[in-house]
Amino acid sequence: MNTGHSAAAAEFLSDANRAAWHDQALWFVRQRRDRATDLPEWEALRDRAAALKAHAMGNLAGLLEAFEVRATAGGTTVHWARDAKEHNRIVFDILRQHSATRVAKSKSMLTEECGLNPYLAARGIEVVDTDLGERIVQLAGEAPSHIVLPAIHWKKEEIAALFHTHFGTPADESSPDALAAAAREHLRDTLLHADAAITGANAIVAETGGVVVCTNEGNADLGMHSAPIHIVSVGIEKIVATLDDLGVLLRVLARSATGQPITSYTTHVTAPRAGAEMHVVLVDNGRTARLADPEFRDALHCIRCAACLNTCPVFRRTGGHSYQYTLAGPIGAILAPAVDLAAHRSLPFASTLCGSCKDVCPVRIDIPAQLLAWRARVAAAGALPNGYAAIFSRLGRILADRARFEMAGRWARRVLRFVPATLLAGRWNPWTHAGRKLPVAPAESFREWARREGRVE
Amino acid sequence: MRVALAVPCYVDQLRPAVARATLVLLERLGCKVSLAFDAPCCGQPMNNAGAVADARAAASNWAASAGVFDVVVMPSGSCTHHVRHHLPSLIDNASGTHAAQVTFELCEFIAGPLGIAHLPGRFPYRVAMHLGCHAQRGLRLGGSSELHEPTSGPMHSLLSGLEGLTLVPLDRADECCGFGGSFAIGEPELSVAMGRARLADYTSHVAEVLVSSDASCLLHLEGVAHNSLVRSEAKDLRTMHIAELLEEATR
Repeated sequence: MNTGHSAAAAEFLSDANRAAWHDQALWFVRQRRDRATDLPEWEALRDRAAALKAHAMGNLAGLLEAFEVRATAGGTTVHWARDAKEHNRIVFDILRQHSATRVAKSKSMLTEECGLNPYLAARGIEVVDTDLGERIVQLAGEAPSHIVLPAIHWKKEEIAALFHTHFGTPADESSPDALAAAAREHLRDTLLHADAAITGANAIVAETGGVVVCTNEGNADLGMHSAPIHIVSVGIEKIVATLDDLGVLLRVLARSATGQPITSYTTHVTAPRAGAEMHVVLVDNGRTARLADPEFRDALHCIRCAACLNTCPVFRRTGGHSYQYTLAGPIGAILAPAVDLAAHRSLPFASTLCGSCKDVCPVRIDIPAQLLAWRARVAAAGALPNGYAAIFSRLGRILADRARFEMAGRWARRVLRFVPATLLAGRWNPWTHAGRKLPVAPAESFREWARREGRVE
Repeated sequence: MRVALAVPCYVDQLRPAVARATLVLLERLGCKVSLAFDAPCCGQPMNNAGAVADARAAASNWAASAGVFDVVVMPSGSCTHHVRHHLPSLIDNASGTHAAQVTFELCEFIAGPLGIAHLPGRFPYRVAMHLGCHAQRGLRLGGSSELHEPTSGPMHSLLSGLEGLTLVPLDRADECCGFGGSFAIGEPELSVAMGRARLADYTSHVAEVLVSSDASCLLHLEGVAHNSLVRSEAKDLRTMHIAELLEEATR
């Protein structure tokens, strides 16, 4: 009966052991985050981070123009892309002008959002993802399932089989060191001989005109320092005003994302190498429209740390692909409906509103409030999923009136008491069909008891 | 103190014992309890499902009922959270704000307005505590692991003060049980999987009793525990609402 996230979640959960393994793997990352953020100044840092993002979004146009002036002065070419299509065309034009056919790309959720890889592949350009996790999902023909850990849903034995097929490594060699070494060997040639490097950016800084890229593998640095052309694809919401702001952002980012004090490689590039070119493509793709909607604009503060994914009991047990959008988890569930409400209408409901995401968010996005607000928008559009529209309009009429409530309650309790449980537990019953008994109903409601005792009229 | 007892809709129909325990406990603590609170529901089931228009009528009735009282007590963190944080914006007039100001969750009321930090009582069992998420992170009635806070709050204090009671440590003390209202029927497989994980945490720490601030969490967890598919230890777990436990312990 259910579609969207609910159906995909049921599919993922049909392998209970795998779902439990996935849950535990991400809980481990959540615990690393807990240890790394157990600092006396942590809540104050969150305040600073939220404030610096609010400042940046409130002064977006001016900061972006300041960035452009300084980046251009340093020798970088700045491009503006209204949407994914423009972004892809700009990147392709740069590559075509240099007859570039081999591209080394480091992690970038924006290029996933824009569908850059298939766009370039269709035009004869080979793009190799150089982040290990991204390379794994690329070889498998999949999208990343997690913002920071793209292949977290892959077990090491499965990666061994994948590498055996693609690199000819022994099929039973599944030690992480051996797998990483095999990938390194294979990626080195790409990184050293690519015609161009594409990277994302964790931040761009208005004060310096610089681009900041964080990785733990150094693959972005190898790419950008080897290739004659460096293209940076970045969403306009990644801007921060000053180096001081950047310092705060980098502290909360690494601690929230992987539980590290700082990522292994944090590179701030302010100009192209001598003899090389650097291009920055600033992409809107719906961001300014979101900025204009006060109910949801805070979602633009997201720094893509994925702490909300790791803590979410829904994400942990259903995996990133169950969200069927580039960004998964709680943040994906509040960003996706802005892109296409009808297609992603089930995502705001893929949450118990437990509130854990809000408490780990380093920039204090009130994700549960936004989930609830999206639910109301989905309802207003007449698009409630999971059969909710019929259930809750009836329930609303019953629960708004005492007489109707008491009559419905009496009947419901009678049904629960006297109709055999096997008749009530069909496939059609969402309470029971996944393995949950119906409650044992009492003969008398509280109000009936109170009336009998003479405590109410 | 004069208080009104507001009984959540599902407690009235499916767990009347929780309402009776709340009534007995409040009277034992010296309160004069009115049962004249008439509205059946605060509107949360509809509001959380996005059906805001359907929620408004129930919420308005609820706020109107609360209008004649100075203190309203509810044996539910989730409903209290909805009243306090959503009624003022859901209802156009001042009655929503009044309702938000006068409504308390049971343990919050005992520890706050009643000023009772510890109840004299005895409950010689190994108890696992489950604070509902809206009590935990919505009303902030317990320390949160995300904020590096120790387990704490009024329910924890009242339980800790009982003679003979052992609170068992849990691997994930503040993880959601998977009920989530409309979520339980919209994402049934996931809801049940989350419930099983919580039950496994309780039974692996050899809890004899599971106590919750919210009967809705319990209805869900009991349903999962007593399904034939789950490990047998969970079937032996006695599930109690905090009102039932405190009432029994202070007899």
